[in-house]
Amino acid sequence: MRESIRIGAGAGFAGDRIEPAIEIVEQGGLDYLVFECLAERTIALAQAARRADPERGFDPMLRERIRRVLPAAHARGVRIVTNAGAANPLGAARAVARIAHDLGIEGLRVAAVLGDDVTDLLRTRDFPLIDRDGFSADLHDTMVSANVYMGADGIVTALAGGADVVVTGRVGDPALFLGPMMHELGWAADDWQMMGCGTLIGHLLECAGQLTGGYFADPGFKDVPGLARLGFPLAEVRGDGSAELTKVAGSGGALTVASCKEQLLYEILDPGAYLQADVCADFRGVRFDQRGPDLVDVSGGDGTARPATLKVSIGYHDGFIGEGQISYAGPGAVARGRLALDIVRERLALTGVALDELDLSLIGCDAVDRGAGATGFEPAEVRARVAGRARIREAARSVAAEVEALYTNGPFGGGGATGSMRPVIAIASCLIPRELVQPRVVFVEADA
Amino acid sequence: MMLRDLAHVRTGDKGNISQISVIAYRPGDFPLLAREVTVERVVAALRGLRIAAARRYELADLGALNFVLEGALGGGVTRSLALDAHGKTLGAQILAIEIDAERGR
Repeated sequence: MRESIRIGAGAGFAGDRIEPAIEIVEQGGLDYLVFECLAERTIALAQAARRADPERGFDPMLRERIRRVLPAAHARGVRIVTNAGAANPLGAARAVARIAHDLGIEGLRVAAVLGDDVTDLLRTRDFPLIDRDGFSADLHDTMVSANVYMGADGIVTALAGGADVVVTGRVGDPALFLGPMMHELGWAADDWQMMGCGTLIGHLLECAGQLTGGYFADPGFKDVPGLARLGFPLAEVRGDGSAELTKVAGSGGALTVASCKEQLLYEILDPGAYLQADVCADFRGVRFDQRGPDLVDVSGGDGTARPATLKVSIGYHDGFIGEGQISYAGPGAVARGRLALDIVRERLALTGVALDELDLSLIGCDAVDRGAGATGFEPAEVRARVAGRARIREAARSVAAEVEALYTNGPFGGGGATGSMRPVIAIASCLIPRELVQPRVVFVEADA
Repeated sequence: MMLRDLAHVRTGDKGNISQISVIAYRPGDFPLLAREVTVERVVAALRGLRIAAARRYELADLGALNFVLEGALGGGVTRSLALDAHGKTLGAQILAIEIDAERGR
């Protein structure tokens, strides 16, 4: 049993920068590196890709990430855990093994953790939705994917089996970090305090640069140096569940008590009950202490027994969204922008375009601050934006077309019109009994 | 003074729920923050949203408040028509709340 281990965050979302991951592997003295690459909707989109091609369906950036980071990681014995498997963890694991082989790395043990895909289960069993009225069966005809948020157990099994790289589909983000802690520090899965501590540390690390000064800067109030070469965070986790958070010397950013507090509460609803598959974590007693520059100690995580149910994200087809934008500038820009919106609204009604919902706003006035329209503030330029939801593709297309038609039919001086139409894959959630979910670990040989 | 002078914020989303943490720069300012930044004032600052229910969690030891705004995101990031479908800019919008340090003295 180890006394402590060092875990680094190598990606906080699918499109994250790659150089900071290489930097942290080369200079961070790591035992583990985690790539968190799955947003809420990613698996549903990936499932559609997998249907088109059985070798796809995992994070398209995984190959480049592994190609660039694996040589340094392998040379230092750094093990990698990632959820980039998305809708096809086994295909992703095979791709990793092939890349290792191509790089001349022999004997790499790559494991896929399966079991999160519960699409078949939801076709035969019905569960109430938790974020709205209705039942999962209501979505049968439109369902694209259904994936359960699994805990750390599959990752622990894979590591115990000697995996150098573990590729999962949907697991709770903190579990990607908790798995290595349980494996190396010998924490029992029913030691709720340690599960709470590990989940706390995983939660702090899961968004990578968001702990070290990314998404934090506010010039004059919260200045952060070197954001163009922001360093990613790492934690030295001790057996007692406390940890030292830091980043590589010379990297950009700033790791402070303030940046840690922001990340602690990020996407947390009740801080006393952060529900994960592994534990109901309690962050109310968390303490941060600045021990030095970019060096913060964290302690005080806690938890109670894990929930009897697991959360499922159901991806389903939800019609189409059409959008159009056009800009106005100079004196009277706001009035011309408002006139443009009125014209589009009237045209969509006149021509009988069937929309379930229509959203009109002026970028520069009230597009993201929806209550700001009445302030009388006159910006130098505005951009009229129209978005509409439709059940059929053609209706959604009409939204963009009516905005473009403002060029010759609308107020004077409109410019830079753009339009788009996209099919919507939305997410609904339900809970299922945890006994229905069993993680399965499959090893893939590097030279296979 | 504005809330911006007293505290920093971060905004997250979970489905159709927006979550905004408000954290005092100086822990000693937490009582003032707790008194001034009420659920009612946050909802009023975000009056353009259709918030169905709002709750506030107090973390005195961290000097932080956590606001949970249900129904705030037009159906959530996956189906919202809004330009900022995540509601990421909402926290910054409440930084303009006026703080009256003398109130109640």
